[in-house]
Amino acid sequence: MSINATLIGQMITFTLLVWFTMKYIWPPLFDSLEERRKKIADGLAAAEKGQENMHLAEKKAKNVIKEAKEQSSEIVNQAQKRANELIEESKDLGKKEGERMILAAKAQIEQEIHQARESLRQEIATLAFSAAEQILGAEIDKAKHQNIISKVSSQLG
Amino acid sequence: MATEAHAEGATGYIIHHLTPLHVGEGFWTLHLDTLFFSAVLGGLFLWFFKTAAEKATSGVPNLVQSFAEMLIEFVDQQVKDSFHGRSQLIAPLALTIFCWIFLWNFMDLFPVDIFPLVGSLMGLEYLRVVPSTDLNATFAMSISVFCLIIFYSIKIKGPWGFAKELMFQPFGPWLLPFNLLLKLVEEIAKPISLALRLFGNLYAGELIFILIALLPWYLQPVLSFPWAIFHILIITLQAFIFMVLTIVYLSMAHEDH
Repeated sequence: MSINATLIGQMITFTLLVWFTMKYIWPPLFDSLEERRKKIADGLAAAEKGQENMHLAEKKAKNVIKEAKEQSSEIVNQAQKRANELIEESKDLGKKEGERMILAAKAQIEQEIHQARESLRQEIATLAFSAAEQILGAEIDKAKHQNIISKVSSQLG
Repeated sequence: MATEAHAEGATGYIIHHLTPLHVGEGFWTLHLDTLFFSAVLGGLFLWFFKTAAEKATSGVPNLVQSFAEMLIEFVDQQVKDSFHGRSQLIAPLALTIFCWIFLWNFMDLFPVDIFPLVGSLMGLEYLRVVPSTDLNATFAMSISVFCLIIFYSIKIKGPWGFAKELMFQPFGPWLLPFNLLLKLVEEIAKPISLALRLFGNLYAGELIFILIALLPWYLQPVLSFPWAIFHILIITLQAFIFMVLTIVYLSMAHEDH
């Protein structure tokens, strides 16, 4: 167990090993470690951000859907209201129209009655006139007279 | 040591297993097995991490990169926990220390006879494959760390600042020699404790494996299996302790008191 020149050889080997490790081994491996650490940290941050964005988008989407729902229900309500109004309006309109038609018919009927009455009256007058003519032109014959009267009356009826 | 290794029986077996393959005499002895295996394991470490580093991507990592990154994050966490300054060196240094020591120690989990057997087939008389059972290896590392401690102490605090710290703390200028003695012991204890802790744990672990290998074959699994499992904890723990203490010592060197 003597200390001898082996010691010097070992020291040289050791120095070379340490130098080589320091120069060619530690830096690339350590750098790649650091770089990966950074990458992972960035990735995690990005993932977190993405999740946050997703939450935000979800919230937004929910809001949009809610708004759309509200809008659509409003539209439906309005449409219903409008439809009711239209129905009411058309009902009114129909009623009015009917009334108007009834009135017009009534007026027409009245007019027709009036016309008929007028024409009747004229006819009666003509008849009466012709009857009077006949009476005046011919002898008074009861039977003939009777005949004329019945004719007139039949024409009247 | 070479002469003892020819002893017969159990003692001979143990000594044989704990004798390194060496060339040279006196101080200029080289433990070839320690140098060879630690270099191979260091190469393995560099090759693995270089493979990962070359294909390093910040996208989805492959298995090699994942494993390398796991280790890097683990080491980086340790460094961040105890070291608050900025340094390009400490984290790679800690990673190298941890992985290299772990691989050294891991050699302890191979059956004690396999490598010496292969070695003897190749004509090698001795082969001790666990570099951390060689004081030279552990001291080489701890002395390197010690040099870094001194270097950073002087660099950060300035020569005078470091000298002041050695002389005037903890008891003030009136007890200067006492302070100096205390501080010197404290500083020198750092590399010695680092090296001896690792060496002691692994040497003892290896010795126990060797002792188990001396028992009859039917007893060996019963003992070596639990000891190997326990050893997985020890080898990792020792690598971890060496790394953490290095970080702590260097952060102490960076801090002004």
